[in-house]
Amino acid sequence: MISKLSLGALCGLVLILAGPPVRAETIRVTVEKLVFSPAEISAVVGDVIEWQNKDVMAHTATAKDGFDVVIPPGKTATLTVTRAGTFDYYCRFHPNMKARLQVR
Amino acid sequence: MYARLTSALALACLISGASLAAGSGITDPQIAHIAYTAGVIDIEAAKQALKISKDKDVIAFANDMLRDHEAVNKQALDLVKKLNVKPEDNDISRALTKAATQEREKLAKLSGTDFDKAYVANEVAYHKQVNGALETLLIPSAKNAELKDLLETGLKLFQGHQQHAEHVAAMMK
Repeated sequence: MISKLSLGALCGLVLILAGPPVRAETIRVTVEKLVFSPAEISAVVGDVIEWQNKDVMAHTATAKDGFDVVIPPGKTATLTVTRAGTFDYYCRFHPNMKARLQVR
Repeated sequence: MYARLTSALALACLISGASLAAGSGITDPQIAHIAYTAGVIDIEAAKQALKISKDKDVIAFANDMLRDHEAVNKQALDLVKKLNVKPEDNDISRALTKAATQEREKLAKLSGTDFDKAYVANEVAYHKQVNGALETLLIPSAKNAELKDLLETGLKLFQGHQQHAEHVAAMMK
């Protein structure tokens, strides 16, 4: 009985410590005229990055040892951020397109 | 090699000569024609590469060129239609087409890695050349704001392709 109570209290404590659940945010990046805008964004693990491609040609958001997202012309593509770090990313088709994603 | 150098040189002279006369000479309908022609040339080059090459990186690169230039040329056609501009043939367009035809004939005699290397090297040189023309002649001479804007996007695209081609060239070494 006592052990059940203390277990319940412990569970309650854990819940309190965990605090209210943090809602994942969606961070939007526009790709237009071969430019990522904004060029630098920050996110936390669990957030979603959404790239909106306003160009007539396909682009990618590619980070070496990170991710490779194809963004078709006139469409959006998303990435759920899974780990912390600084990711310098570029477009594989047009390597002069560069941007940075900071993940805490 | 000598033939390629001389034709490239002739073209460079023509472009810089026209550049000197930029203030007085080149019109928006001619600029639209040159930009469109430059795209068509790279589409033709890509189609040739897709027929001849067996290298997956070269094939992927050629497909990227085909897709991008077709998309941008469609955008250019939509714009000239909207602006009611009729693209007009001119010496620069003709020189570009002539040099490109010679290059394609030369490349047609090659196969395997000889072709791949020559195609990618020409892609680097060609995009560099078009970038020069866009920066020094076409963009400064364009009068219509929307045409200028499309050319500026075109410059970023060609610069991107040049870097992409340089990357493919570096991987083949």
